[in-house]
Amino acid sequence: MRVLVVAEHNDGAINPSTSKTLSCVAELTSLGSDLLVMGNNSALAEQAARFQNVDSVLYMGNEIFEHQIAAVMSPVIAKIAQDYDCVLCPSTTFGRDLMPRIAAALNVGQITDIMNVVAPRIFKRPIYAGNAIQTIEIQDNVKIAATVRLASYKEVETNNQATIKNVELPEIELPSHTRFLRIESEATERPDLQVASVVVSGGRAFGSSENFELLYSLADKLGAAVGASRAAVDAGYVPNDMQVGQTGKIISPDLYIAFGISGAIQHLAGIKDAGTIVAVNKDADAPIFEIADFGIVADLFEFIPEFLAKLG
Amino acid sequence: MEKILVCLKRVVDYNVKIRIKPDETDVVTEGVKMSINPFDEIALEEALRIKESGQANEVIIVSVGPEDCQQQLRTGLAMGADRAILVEHSENTEPLTVAKLLHQIVQQEQPELILLGKQAIDDDCNQTGQMLAELCSYSQATYASKLSVGSNSLEVTREVDQGLETLEIDLPAIVTVDLRLNDPRYVKLPDIMKAKKKSLDVINPNDLKISMDPFFKVISVTAPPPRESGIKLSDAGELFDALKAKGLVD
Ligand SMILES: Cc1cc2nc3c(=O)[nH]c(=O)nc-3n(C[C@H](O)[C@H](O)[C@H](O)COP(=O)(O)OP(=O)(O)OC[C@H]3O[C@@H](n4cnc5c(N)ncnc54)[C@H](O)[C@@H]3O)c2cc1C
Repeated sequence: MRVLVVAEHNDGAINPSTSKTLSCVAELTSLGSDLLVMGNNSALAEQAARFQNVDSVLYMGNEIFEHQIAAVMSPVIAKIAQDYDCVLCPSTTFGRDLMPRIAAALNVGQITDIMNVVAPRIFKRPIYAGNAIQTIEIQDNVKIAATVRLASYKEVETNNQATIKNVELPEIELPSHTRFLRIESEATERPDLQVASVVVSGGRAFGSSENFELLYSLADKLGAAVGASRAAVDAGYVPNDMQVGQTGKIISPDLYIAFGISGAIQHLAGIKDAGTIVAVNKDADAPIFEIADFGIVADLFEFIPEFLAKLG
Repeated sequence: MEKILVCLKRVVDYNVKIRIKPDETDVVTEGVKMSINPFDEIALEEALRIKESGQANEVIIVSVGPEDCQQQLRTGLAMGADRAILVEHSENTEPLTVAKLLHQIVQQEQPELILLGKQAIDDDCNQTGQMLAELCSYSQATYASKLSVGSNSLEVTREVDQGLETLEIDLPAIVTVDLRLNDPRYVKLPDIMKAKKKSLDVINPNDLKISMDPFFKVISVTAPPPRESGIKLSDAGELFDALKAKGLVD
């Protein structure tokens, strides 16, 4: 099976989501994959060449790809994909925006969120916010177009030296109907939620963005990333990119500590793959305790300072 | 704008705790509360607000699914949509097939703006809007949390993994919406009565000449592996010791 992986990059670096997608490649084929990098910075190609499970990096350097606009990328990728049996993207907002356009251009169905490759044409994927697992088979001789669920895969090693091929932009007409205006992201020195090994998370109970400072100080002590429930994002305490759950980020840290989060199924969908789940909630009947490995019935505003003191 | 088309899917209500059928072919949907997919409801609310602000003349809703989808379309009409179309098909329809059927409707109706939810909460596929955009060769903005209508374009703020991205896209366009775009209105009883008089066209997919053959075979639907039940601890000191014993803190 010939596999093409489309790389995601941000701020001049390959996103770790690409690395996790490459680890799914090993379940599909022992032959490795070609990693397509579309951007405007050849350093990206050099970084991409170090990932395991990559045979060749296909680098298409062009300023039109700088902001990774799905409608501009999909016709180009669909053309390149003619030579492959399978196209993969990470299941991030980047990959989920892009892959359905590629699949439609190739006239094939798409598999969202591969969590396991059972056999080369049989996949497991979550449905109903992860409350059920669907096993699906795709017909023979149909190209596979899929996104890979990051929480199900680890990053690959970066000790490879794949060849870098510069690929020309194919001669097809590309749309001009979409213009990038701006991106607002809050700068943070903390680890990326999607790959962090420790995540501390806060819910509506915090009551204000000032109160979240307490959680940030705990995060910094633990070297952790910070997540939040939808209620905390909706209330404006924290930015949207911190939302964990069915419609936010689906994560798999070794340790997840939830403070003042009730445990709605949509939130739990985002944390089921965590190694150890800790819940601190003042309501002994909060549903989050049903899936927590360690539960503490306590007021978070008293608990966090005590826990910080223990950490020294 | 002359027309906005909004696509609605009938799904198991988000408050229902789903059960898996004993033969592991699907989840139980018989006798279960069904609703408009919550994201699609937000899409419809946005279309209605655009119309109410005088920037569009007509809001059309469309659904692909079994006869019972008429209930959700009636709810959409009661919210304020002008008319409804049901492409009736009793079996589960894959997103690409739905997108192809919607493409036919788009060609017939020629809406300037098409709004959909970013994903359906049953299959969590997150595909239909983007597939439709590719088939129509239209611009797209997924995960919208803010939308403003210009004379021939839209400015859309998108919730992405890195934060908030803003795009300007030309009409005709496809926008898929996220939860924070708006809070949908409640339907009032008089509106439900009025909605009964609005037009609801039922179309047979065969008339649209789209193959309904699936690409995928569902082998099974099973429960996820359960997490082992945990223990209660009494304070921060006990938690510190428990995590230290597991090598998770030092
Ligand atoms: C379609 C859809 C998609 C959704 N997607 C997501 C998603 O991706 N992610 C997500 O998180 N939610 C999602 N939700 C929302 C979800 O259903 C819940 O509403 C949300 O998760 C609740 O957030 P919360 O736990 O912070 O708030 P609440 O449910 O209000 O819980 C607050 C908790 O804090 C506790 N508490 C209060 N004060 C204290 C204190 N001082 N100390 C300790 N504990 C305290 C309370 O006992 C309570 O358990 C979605 C909903 C829908 C309909």
